[in-house]
Amino acid sequence: MQFSGRRRKLAVHSQNDLYSHCLQLYVQPPLENISLSEFETFAVERLKLLKTVENLGVSYVKTTEQYTKKLHAEISNLNFPHKAEVDEASFTKSQVGPSEYEKRRKDHISHFILRLAYCQTEDLRRWFIQQEMDLFRHRFNDLSSKYKTEFLHKNNLKYDTLSADEKMNLKDQLINSTFGFSGITIVEQDFYKVPFQDALDLIRTRKVFLRGGYAYIPHQDIVTIVLNDFRTRLSKALALTARSLPAVQSDERLQPLLNHLSHAYVGQDYSIQKNIGKISLEQIDPLSAKSFPLCMRQLHKSLRENHHLRHGGRMQYGLFLKGIGLTLEQALQFWRSEFIRGKVDADKFDKAYAYSIRHMFGKEGKRTDYTPYSCMKVILSNPPSQGDYHGCPFRHSDPELLKQKLQSYKLSPSGIVQILELVKGMHYQLACQKYFELTHNIEDAGFSLNHPNQYFMESQRLLGGVKEIKKEVEVPQKVQENSVTNGTSVSRQPNTTQAMEEMGDLDSYFADE
Amino acid sequence: MSNSDYDPACLPDLLPLYYRRLFPFSQYYRWLSYGGVTKNYFQNREFSFTLKDDIYVRYQSFSTQNELEKEMQKMNPYKIDIGAVYSHRPSQHNTVKSGTFQALEKELVFDIDMTDYDDVRSCCSAADICSKCWTLMTIAIRILDRALREDFGFQHLLWVYSGRRGVHCWVCDEAARKLSVAARSAVAEYLSLVKGGEETVKKVVLSDPIHPFISQSLSVVEHYFLQYAIVGQELLSSKEGVDKVLNLLPEDILCDLLLHYQSEKNPTKRWERLKTLVHQKRATSKKGGQYFDKEIMLQYCYPRLDVNVSKGVNHLLKSPFSVHPKTGKRIIIVIEVYFIFHNIDIYIFLITLFLICEELDKPRPDEEEEDDTKDKENEIEAGERRKIRVYKASFTYFKRTSLAKYIKLFDQFLDSVARSRKGDMLKKSDLQKDF
Repeated sequence: MQFSGRRRKLAVHSQNDLYSHCLQLYVQPPLENISLSEFETFAVERLKLLKTVENLGVSYVKTTEQYTKKLHAEISNLNFPHKAEVDEASFTKSQVGPSEYEKRRKDHISHFILRLAYCQTEDLRRWFIQQEMDLFRHRFNDLSSKYKTEFLHKNNLKYDTLSADEKMNLKDQLINSTFGFSGITIVEQDFYKVPFQDALDLIRTRKVFLRGGYAYIPHQDIVTIVLNDFRTRLSKALALTARSLPAVQSDERLQPLLNHLSHAYVGQDYSIQKNIGKISLEQIDPLSAKSFPLCMRQLHKSLRENHHLRHGGRMQYGLFLKGIGLTLEQALQFWRSEFIRGKVDADKFDKAYAYSIRHMFGKEGKRTDYTPYSCMKVILSNPPSQGDYHGCPFRHSDPELLKQKLQSYKLSPSGIVQILELVKGMHYQLACQKYFELTHNIEDAGFSLNHPNQYFMESQRLLGGVKEIKKEVEVPQKVQENSVTNGTSVSRQPNTTQAMEEMGDLDSYFADE
Repeated sequence: MSNSDYDPACLPDLLPLYYRRLFPFSQYYRWLSYGGVTKNYFQNREFSFTLKDDIYVRYQSFSTQNELEKEMQKMNPYKIDIGAVYSHRPSQHNTVKSGTFQALEKELVFDIDMTDYDDVRSCCSAADICSKCWTLMTIAIRILDRALREDFGFQHLLWVYSGRRGVHCWVCDEAARKLSVAARSAVAEYLSLVKGGEETVKKVVLSDPIHPFISQSLSVVEHYFLQYAIVGQELLSSKEGVDKVLNLLPEDILCDLLLHYQSEKNPTKRWERLKTLVHQKRATSKKGGQYFDKEIMLQYCYPRLDVNVSKGVNHLLKSPFSVHPKTGKRIIIVIEVYFIFHNIDIYIFLITLFLICEELDKPRPDEEEEDDTKDKENEIEAGERRKIRVYKASFTYFKRTSLAKYIKLFDQFLDSVARSRKGDMLKKSDLQKDF
C-alpha cells in the first residue's frame, strides 16, 4: 500500500483502522484537537444534511429513486462519505476536494458535535435520532452485499442462521412472508433468526415470518435490525451526553454555537401564545370554515354533530385551540357546552373530562404545558380507528370520501384533482397547502406548511385577521427556518454574545427553501 | 340482555360481603408476586380504586397480602384497576425525586371491545351483546391466542371476560412483562388488520403475498363467517346490509351483483355469487392481489384492538375479579379458552355479584357432617377443631358459588406459570453450573 501522504502521513497510517469502513455506528468519540472553525463548519454542514434528510423524507417515499438520487447528491455536495467501493488508491490519492479519509473523519466528528447540541430535550433528541437513522438507512442500503456483511462482522451483530433443512420446511411460509423471495432465492440467501424485540420495524409491518418469538430475516433486510441497534445506542448515548452537558456549556466558545444549532431546527412550536384571550367562542364556527386546516375543521364539525370527541380528537383539537389563543376558562366552557348537548351531563363532564382539559394546559399532573401537534406528528402518530375523527384527512381519509368532502366545501374541480394527485404521491402537507390556496383564492401560499397553527396564523394574516390579533412577524429566539420567500431574519436576543455575531449569518445556510 | 333484577343500590351491601368472603385474595397475591423472584414486585405494583360516588384514587400499593385484604375490605372499591410495577412503591411516589419514579414492567394486555364493531354488527349496538355477536369475541380470542402463542412464543395468557362488552387478555410471560412501549406497539400493530376511522369506508386491504399470519387468521374467520355473518347478522338480507357490503367492491362486480340480487333473495346464494365473481376476477386479472371477498370477511369479523391500551407500560386496566360497576354488577372472570372453542353460550359468563351472594347464603347440609367425621378420626383437640373449621369455611366459601370454577381456572393458570418459572430457574442454574 503506497501512501503518498501530503499532509498527514503519519496520521493516516495509524488511523487507518479507525475509518476502515465508510459507515460506522459512532461508538467511539473522536480523540483529537480541532480548530474552532472546523468545529463550526462540520456541525453546520451536517445539520444541513440532516435538514435535507428531513425534507426529502416528507416529500418523497424513502425507497424511490428520486429520494435516493437527491440524498446522494446532497451527501456528495457536502463532502460526506457515501461510497463504499473506495479502493486503497483513492483513499489517499490527491483529488479535487477532500479525500475519503477526510470525509469519514468529518462524518465522525460532526455527528458527535451535533450530539452536544441535540441531547438537551426530548423533542430535540427525537428529531436528531430520526434524521440520523434515515441517513444511516440510506447509506447502509447503498452498500453492496459484501460491505454489508463486513459491516455486520465489524460491529458484532451475530445472529443464528437457519439450516438448509429448516429453510426447506418453512419454504412456503418464508416465501409468503418475505417480499421478493421465490423458492430458489430462499435456498441461496441466508436467513437469520432474530428475537422479535430486535426487529420491531419488520414485525410491526409484517414484513417477515415470525415464529416462537423469532423473526426470520433474510440477509438483505438486515438493515432494519442494524437500525434498531443504532437507535438504541444513540438514545442511550444522548441521555449520557445530556448529563455531561453542563461541563461543555461552560466553555464560552461553544455555548452560543450549540444553542443556535439546536434552536434552528425545531421551528416555532406555538406553545407561547401571543393571542391569549383574543378569540371569542362565537368566532370559532366561522373561523373553522375560513381559517382552520382541514383536519381541525373536520374535528370541529364532528364535535358539533356528535357532541363528543374521543381522546385522540380531543387532544389534537384541544391543543390546537390552545395554540390559537383560547384560555383555559374558555376551553372548559367550550367543551362543556358541547358535551352537555350530548350524552354527558354537567357533573360527569366536570369529573371526567375537565381534568384532561386542565391537563392540556399544564394545570394537572406533571404540569407539562403540552404543545399543539405539528403536521408531522398528526400524520405519523396515532392513526385513527373506528369512531375517531382525528389524524390528517389527506393521509387518513379514504380518497373518495375526501373528494366528496372537498366538493361539499365548493372547491373547484380542477383544484380537487390537484389535491388528490398530491395525496396519491403521499405529499400530505403539500395537499393541505393546496387546500389553503384554493380556499383563500390565491396562487401561492407563500409558506411551507408544517403545523396546523401555522396554517391558522397564515390564514388570519392573509384575511386581515380579527382586529385584536396582532400580526406576529418576528420570532422570539427561534429561527423560523421554514418561512420561505423573504428569509425571515433572526431577531436578536438581548444577550447575544460577540461570538454569535462573528459567526456571520448562519441563517443564510438555512433560509433557502 | 336484561338485568332487571339487579338494583344498583344494593351494591354497597354486597361489596363488603364479596371482599370478606369471596374475593380470591391468595390467588390474586400469588399471581402478582410471580413467585417472589423479583424483589418487591408486588409491593411496587400500582392499583387504582374507584370508590363510592365515583371517587377515583390512584397509586395504591400494598406490602403484603394481608394489607391488600384489609385495605380492600375497608375501602370496598366499586372497581379495581391494575397498573404497572414501578421503580418505587406507588403509594410513596410523591416522596421520590422527580423523574426517577418510573413504570418498569407490566403484563402485555389486549382489550377487545364490542363497541368497536358497531359499524359491522346489526343485532346490537353500544354496550349490548348477545349470543349472536359474541361470536366476534370467539373469533378474536381464537385468532389472538394462536398468534400470541405460536408467532410470538408467549405461553401464559390469561383471558378474562371484561364484565360487559368484551374480553381482555393478560400476557404474563416474563418476556412480555419486560417489553418496551415500542415493542408493545409493534406487537399490537402486527395483530391489527382493520384500519381507519369514521372516514374510511374500506378498512381492510390485502395484497400479495398473503402473510402466513393473515392466512391463519382468515381460516378462523372463514370457519364462522357463513353462520355468523350471512345467517346471523343477515349481512346480505336487507337492502341496507347489501349496500354496505357492495360499497367494498369494485364497480364491475357491484353492478353484476345488484342485478343478480334482484332475482336471488337467498343470502347464502348471494354470498356464493359474490365469491364466484371475485375469484373469476382474480383469475383473469393481470394485476395481483384481488381479494375482495377475504377483505369483506375480515372487515366484518377480524378482531379490533385498541392499540393504545396495549402500548403503554403504565396503562391501567380493569382487574380480574373486580366487579363491573355498571349494569348487572358482573364480575370480571377468567375464561378458559376451551370454553371458547366449544362455543359455550355467553350466559355462562354472566356471574353477578348478586348471584354469588345469594348462593353463599344457601345452606349446605352435608358439609358440616363431613367435617365432624373427619375430625373424630383425627382426634384433634376441640379448640383446634374449631379453628380449622373456620379456616376451612372461609377458604371454601367461594366454592359454594358459581365463582368456583373460574377461580379454579385461575389456579390452574397460576400453576402453569409456576411450573414454567421453576423450569427456567433450573435451566439458568444449569447454565451457571450451580449444582
